[in-house]
Amino acid sequence: MMLESKEVTKTFGAKTAVDHISLSLEKGHVYAMLGPNGSGKTTWMKLAAGLLKPSYGLVYFAGEPVSIESRKHVAYMSTEPYFYTWMTVRDVGKYYQDFFEDFSYDRYLELLRKMELTESMKTKSLSSGMMAKLKIAVTMARDADVYMLDEPFNGIDLLARDEIRACILEYATEEKLLLLSSHLVEEMEAIADRAVFIKEGKLVECVDLEDMRTQQGVSMADRYRQIYGHTEG
Amino acid sequence: MEFDATRPIWLQVMNALEMDIITGKRRPGEKLPGGRDLALSFGINPNTAARVYQELEKAGLCETRRGMGTFVTGDEARIAAGRDAFIRQTVREFLDRMALLGETPRSAAQIILREEE
Repeated sequence: MMLESKEVTKTFGAKTAVDHISLSLEKGHVYAMLGPNGSGKTTWMKLAAGLLKPSYGLVYFAGEPVSIESRKHVAYMSTEPYFYTWMTVRDVGKYYQDFFEDFSYDRYLELLRKMELTESMKTKSLSSGMMAKLKIAVTMARDADVYMLDEPFNGIDLLARDEIRACILEYATEEKLLLLSSHLVEEMEAIADRAVFIKEGKLVECVDLEDMRTQQGVSMADRYRQIYGHTEG
Repeated sequence: MEFDATRPIWLQVMNALEMDIITGKRRPGEKLPGGRDLALSFGINPNTAARVYQELEKAGLCETRRGMGTFVTGDEARIAAGRDAFIRQTVREFLDRMALLGETPRSAAQIILREEE
């Protein structure tokens, strides 16, 4: 088991953001992590990335509790912008190269080309779509075991979404684990093979999408509506 | 390719490849793309792509040779049988729709013949 969440709970004051989530994620799969805003997806990802400490329970990476050490093997892309405004696209790459041993600058250049970004661009002048693409390029330029992308399709136009899907599929090998969260459920129907549904901090279910289509004749988007119908998000 | 996300995606890709094989767009013995390339060209999960070849193999329309990849079967009788099965399936679906309109297979056949004239 590559990532295992055992009874993981995170509280912020009186609010329970993640509530006893037990979940096993295996390599060789692309997981879609779904739930409305505030359901706990981002908090769970941050716990798995080692950026937050659980209030109760633990997340394990390859059998060991998530730590500074496991961060070397887990590439995480958060929804928040995290580059200094003075940085150029080149600076962003160098910054990552300094931080992560598995970062490949060549791979970064290849991704920039695919995303139609150039090294000399200044991050402060990037449109929100270009910034979203830059975040994906710099995350996927790592040769990690786990890639967790929080909202990779947000702010990205229709054509560039194809590029991002292709990039994700290229990395979806038997040795890697990919976890994507998105509100754009339809974007992930064909590239994900499993889905994790989270509601109000709790795990609803983790399903194999092709099995669900075969047995119930429903898409991931249908299942999403069944679970979250008539609620905000 | 646009998918119907309520039906198994492996089945939809399999049907597309089946169609290529029985119409001769992909020739007997022709090499098929590797699993990863199939996944990338259709934009599908690699596990789904692997399933496509497993099922095509079960149907006898392709064969995997160790270390060499996956090929369209060289057995033309199998391909002909696949074509017959596809035709029967298409006709059955057509007749089901005609039945909803109150047409029998015989009256449907007459409509087809009139259409030809």
